[in-house]
Amino acid sequence: MIKRLTSRLIILLSMVLFTGTTYGVIDSYQFSTPEQEQRFFELTNELRCPKCQNQTIGDSNAPIAQDLRREVHRLLNEGADNQTVVDFMLARYGDFVLYKPRVSGLNLVLWLGPLLLLLVGLVVLVVVVRRHKAAVTESVQAAPDGHNAEEALLDQKLNRFLTDHLSTHSSEDHKTDGKE
Amino acid sequence: MKRRLQLFLPLAIFLGLCLMFYVALFRENPGELPSALLDQPLPAFERSTVKNPDRTVTREHLLGEVALINVWASWCPACRVEHPYLVDLANKGVPIYGVNYKDDQPEARKWLKTLHDPYRFSINDESGSLGIDLGVYGAPETYLIDHQGVIRYKHVGIVDANVWKNDLEPRFSHLQKIARKAQANNHEGEVK
Repeated sequence: MIKRLTSRLIILLSMVLFTGTTYGVIDSYQFSTPEQEQRFFELTNELRCPKCQNQTIGDSNAPIAQDLRREVHRLLNEGADNQTVVDFMLARYGDFVLYKPRVSGLNLVLWLGPLLLLLVGLVVLVVVVRRHKAAVTESVQAAPDGHNAEEALLDQKLNRFLTDHLSTHSSEDHKTDGKE
Repeated sequence: MKRRLQLFLPLAIFLGLCLMFYVALFRENPGELPSALLDQPLPAFERSTVKNPDRTVTREHLLGEVALINVWASWCPACRVEHPYLVDLANKGVPIYGVNYKDDQPEARKWLKTLHDPYRFSINDESGSLGIDLGVYGAPETYLIDHQGVIRYKHVGIVDANVWKNDLEPRFSHLQKIARKAQANNHEGEVK
């Protein structure tokens, strides 16, 4: 029973996990080489559809996505490299068409912003820890032999009390002595 | 006093973020993309027109005047909505050129016949490739070009009285002023 269950589970898992990339739309484009075909799929899965904004142009059935796939195919057939195709799209639709944003211009804020915030956080942390440390050593220095102020005061009071008491006793002794 | 102000810093940051998110969430057209072709010259083309398949028009036919380029198609319901207003604008003397985007040509001709034709001419872009060169991603879209054929503004969606008054007209008249100045200077140069 358990054996059967595990084998079923394995089949199910392999069905889920080993499907590979599937492409949403199937066109009948002819490619001169398998390498070119591979690049076509790479590019159409990297470029974003301007109309249907959460899909790649390889994924979408929108007319504009079809047109853009056709353009990618045309450019590849003309011998363009990947960068040329990407630049073609950038010139017409802007940074928006890239699912992998460029590291340039205003985008730098997005790329470096988190790092900058992390640095600021670290600096604040260091400053806070240092201040805390300084405050602790200061209070320790105020009472050098490990007693705090209250204890010192108590000691003082006790000492005074003891000396006062002892001296009165001795004088009384002296008086009685004199009477006798 | 300073310490007390510092206590309000987190609140201030929080309110700032709220404002930012609020603005981003309730933008007027969240799907709208800024045009990559702003301040770029109009792409070159050589096409026939919808009404006359034998006539060839190029980029040069659109130069010399500040004008609107309206991307339209008979399959686009929003184009039908804005069409009467475009006819109005054309009657007021605003030069409008059409780009008939991915359309069936007999349908497009029928459209122009029955709904009036506000366009100086409509460029036949059945394949949609001129649309791609313009960065079109849907219809209707309306471009504003200056007298030298440089794209100065793009409006995505319907052009109505509101859009014209607030977005297009101010830019249109500003560009016209520049064009007139340039023309006057040219004239002076020729006279001398």
